[in-house]
Amino acid sequence: MTAILKLVNISKRFGSLTANDAISLSLEEGEILALLGENGAGKTTLMNILFGHYTADEGHVEVFGKPLPPGQPDAALAAGIGMVHQHFSLADNLSVLENIMLGTESLWAWRQDTAFATGRIKQLSRDFGLTVDPMAQVSTLTVGERQRVEILKALYRDARILILDEPTAVLTPQESESLFETLRSLVDRGMSIIFISHKLNEIVSVSDRVMVIRRGKVVAEQPIRGADRASLAEAMVGHTVHAPKGDVLAPGDVVFQLQNVSAGAADGGQPLVDVDLAIHQHEIVGIAGVSGNGQQTLADLISGLCRPGSGSMTLFGNKLAHYNPDVMVKSGVGRIPEDRNRVGVIGEMTVQENLISEKRRRLPFSKFGFMNAKVIEDHAARQIDAFDVRCQGPHAETRLLSGGNVQKLILARVLDAEPSLLLADQPSRGLDVGAVAYVHEKILDARARGCGVLLISEDLEELMALSDRIVVIYHGRLSQPVNPEDITARDIGLMMSGQSEAA
Amino acid sequence: MIRLEPRETAPVWLSLSAPLTAVLAALLLCALLIMWTGASALEAYGLLFKGALGSRFAITETLTRATPMILTGLAAAIAFRAKLWNIGGEGQFYAGALAATWLGAGAITLPPYLMVPFLIGAGALAGGLLLLIPAILKNRLKVDEVVTTLLLNFIVLLFVNYLLEGPLKDPMSMGWPQAAPIIDEGVLPAILSKSRVHLGLVIAVVAAVLVWALMRFTVWGYEIRAVGYNAAAAGFAGIGVNKTIILTALLSGGLAGIAGVSEVAGTKGYLTLDLSPGFGYAGIAVAMLAALHPLAVVASAVFLSAIFVGADSMSRALNVPTYISDVIVATSVLAVLVSGMFTRFRLRFR
Repeated sequence: MTAILKLVNISKRFGSLTANDAISLSLEEGEILALLGENGAGKTTLMNILFGHYTADEGHVEVFGKPLPPGQPDAALAAGIGMVHQHFSLADNLSVLENIMLGTESLWAWRQDTAFATGRIKQLSRDFGLTVDPMAQVSTLTVGERQRVEILKALYRDARILILDEPTAVLTPQESESLFETLRSLVDRGMSIIFISHKLNEIVSVSDRVMVIRRGKVVAEQPIRGADRASLAEAMVGHTVHAPKGDVLAPGDVVFQLQNVSAGAADGGQPLVDVDLAIHQHEIVGIAGVSGNGQQTLADLISGLCRPGSGSMTLFGNKLAHYNPDVMVKSGVGRIPEDRNRVGVIGEMTVQENLISEKRRRLPFSKFGFMNAKVIEDHAARQIDAFDVRCQGPHAETRLLSGGNVQKLILARVLDAEPSLLLADQPSRGLDVGAVAYVHEKILDARARGCGVLLISEDLEELMALSDRIVVIYHGRLSQPVNPEDITARDIGLMMSGQSEAA
Repeated sequence: MIRLEPRETAPVWLSLSAPLTAVLAALLLCALLIMWTGASALEAYGLLFKGALGSRFAITETLTRATPMILTGLAAAIAFRAKLWNIGGEGQFYAGALAATWLGAGAITLPPYLMVPFLIGAGALAGGLLLLIPAILKNRLKVDEVVTTLLLNFIVLLFVNYLLEGPLKDPMSMGWPQAAPIIDEGVLPAILSKSRVHLGLVIAVVAAVLVWALMRFTVWGYEIRAVGYNAAAAGFAGIGVNKTIILTALLSGGLAGIAGVSEVAGTKGYLTLDLSPGFGYAGIAVAMLAALHPLAVVASAVFLSAIFVGADSMSRALNVPTYISDVIVATSVLAVLVSGMFTRFRLRFR
C-alpha cells in the first residue's frame, strides 16, 4: 500500500492561537481515515489547508507523490480532492444537474452538454448507490439527498480523495447508515476517504484507521481494529469524562399542557397539527425529529413568540391570557433557544447586559427606568463565577465568547430565575464534550429541583440519555410518548422518517 | 497578501486617533482636488480655516450653522442606533418649523419663558408625529422606511411651498413666499452679543447630553440598542420591538423638529422655503462621522459646519467651487467609516 496523500508537519497559527501544531498525516489508497477531535481541536483548519482555503505557516502537502501548491482550491480540485462541507454549498433554486455542472464548464462554451452530464450522473448514481433525480430542484430534496448531491459533485469531478466534514450531524440514523454503505462501496473501488467527526460510535463502525487531534496536535493514531472507545474518548478530551445521569424521580404535577393544539409558525415553517403534550415536574420530555418538522413552532409556543391557533395551552394549570416572551418569563418559563448566537444573545452587547436582558425592568436591576450599573455588574460577576463563563469579565463583548461559553451565559440567565418549566432547544449542538456534560448536568439539576423540561434535540444519544419520555415529531404531529428504555435508536429513527407510528 | 483579522479589543488611543487620522487623510485627498482647480492647497485650507474659525465673527457663524446640525445629527444617531433608517430629517425639520410658525406667528401669545418651551414642544411633536407614519408602516406592513421617510421630505416641502404661496403667506412680505415672523415672545434670544448665536445652541448641547444619558443609563436606551443590534434576540428577551421602534421614531423625529424650531425662531425669524440648505440630510453625515455617539455628534456638527462656512470664504477668495465643501464632508465620512474598520480589524501582511 502506498500513501496517496501526505501532509507533512503542517502548522497554522491565528494570532496567539496555534490551530495546527506540526501535524503529519498520510492517507492510503482505499482506506477510510477518521479524524477525531473536539470542536476547535483543529480538524477543520487542517482540512481547509489541504483544500487550499488556508495557507499553512509551515509544512507542505503531497498528492500522488507531487507537491500541492498551497492556497489554491483549484489545484486541490484538479489533483482529485473533493470536499463535502458540514454546511452544504448547493444552490437551492437550481436542479441537481445544474448544481453538479456548476463550475465544471468553460465560461466561453456556447451551450451546456446536459445530455452527457445527465448520463454521467446517472452512471455514478447507479455505480455507488447514490439515488437522486438529476432533474429535481435542490430545494425539494431531503437533507440526506442533498448530501448525496454533494458527494456526486465530487465524484463528477473525478475526485480520488474525498473529505467529509461532520457528515452525519444532520442525518437520521437510517440516513447515516446508508451514507456509511456508500462510503464503503466507494473505498472498494479505490477511493480514499477522510472522515471528520466527534462521534465515537460512527468512527468505530465506518473507518479503518483513526487519528485523534487535541489542541492542534496529534495525540493518538491507530487502526480501528482493537481500538478501545473509552481510551479514544479520553485521548480526544484529555481527561476522563463522566456522562451525567439523572436519578430516578417520580413525576409530579403537570406544569405544561397542550390539548388539541394547532398553531401556525411565525415565519412560515411547519405548523403544529392537533398536538397533545403534557410535561410534569421532575420530568424531561424529549422531542425527537428531523429538523423542520415543527420543532420551531413548538419552541416558539413555549417561548411566547407565537400563540395556539386552536386548542388549549395551560401553564401551571392556568390558561394564558397573553402570549409574549415577557409573560412566559414572568410565569416562570426558562427558555434556551435553538440559535444561541442569533436569538439567545446580542453579540454586540456586553456579558452583563445579556445576563439581565430578561429582567432589565425589574428591581434591583433598574428603578424608575434607570439601570443600576453597580447591581448589574455585581450580578454578572457572580453569575460568571457560578457558571464558569470564560470571558474577560462583565464588560466583555458577548460576540467574543466561544459557543460553549455563550451557552453557559444563557444557562446562567435562565437558571438564575429558577424556572418551573424549562425549554432546552438543541442545548448542546456544536459544543465540545466537556461543555455538553456541563449543560446536561445543569438540565438534570433543574429536573431534580422540580422543573419540568422540554428537550428538543436532533442528537438521539442525548435524548436517550436524558429523557424520561420521548415524543417523536413528524410533519407537525406528535407521536405517543415512548420510554427510552423500551425502544432502540433505530426504531426512533423509523418514527422520525414517518415510516412507523408509535412502537 | 493582506488579510483582515478581527480584534478582540481596540486600544483607547486607536479608537480616539482613528477618526482624527481619517479626517486628516480626507483633507489630504481633497487637497489634490483643490490643486487641480489651480489653487494652492495650503492657501486654500488656510483661508478655509480662517473663514471658519479665524475671527470672532467666523466662530459665531460656524456655531450658528452647527446648531441645527447637532439636532438633526442626534435625530439620525438615535434612529440609526435602533436600525430605523430615518432619511426624513429634512421633512421633520420643516414640520417643526411649520408648527412653530403656525402657533408662534401670532396665533397664541404667552410670556417668553412659556412661549419658547411651548414652541419647542410643538415642533418636537410635529416632527415626531411625521416620523410616526413611516414607523407604523414599517411595523405593520414591513414597508421600507428608507423609501417612505425620503419621499415624505418632498411631500412636506411641497406642502410648505403651498402654504407659503397661500394660507401662510405674510401679507407684509411684498409678494415674497414667506410666512409672518415669529412673535417676539417666541424668538430664541441671542446668547452672545453682536452675533447670530442663539439659545438654540444651548438647547442642542443639552439635548446631546440628554440623549447620551438616555442611551447609556436608562432601560429605554438599553432597549433601543438591543433592537438595533439584534431585533430577533431583543424580541426573544421580551423587549417590545415595535414599541421600541415607535419610541425611537418619536425621539428622532422630535429632535429634527426642534432643529426646525431653532432655525425659524432663532436664526431666521420667519419661515421660508430655503430655511434649510439640507440640514436634515447633513444630520446623517454628522451622525455617521460621530459613529452615532451623541456627544461626538456635537463635535462632528461643529466640524462639518466649519467646513461649510469656511469653504464659502475660501471659494470667494480663490475661485474654487463651493462644492468642494460637499466633497470634503463626503470624503471625511467615508474615511471615518473606513477607519472604524481599522479599530475593529487588524491588517495582517504576509
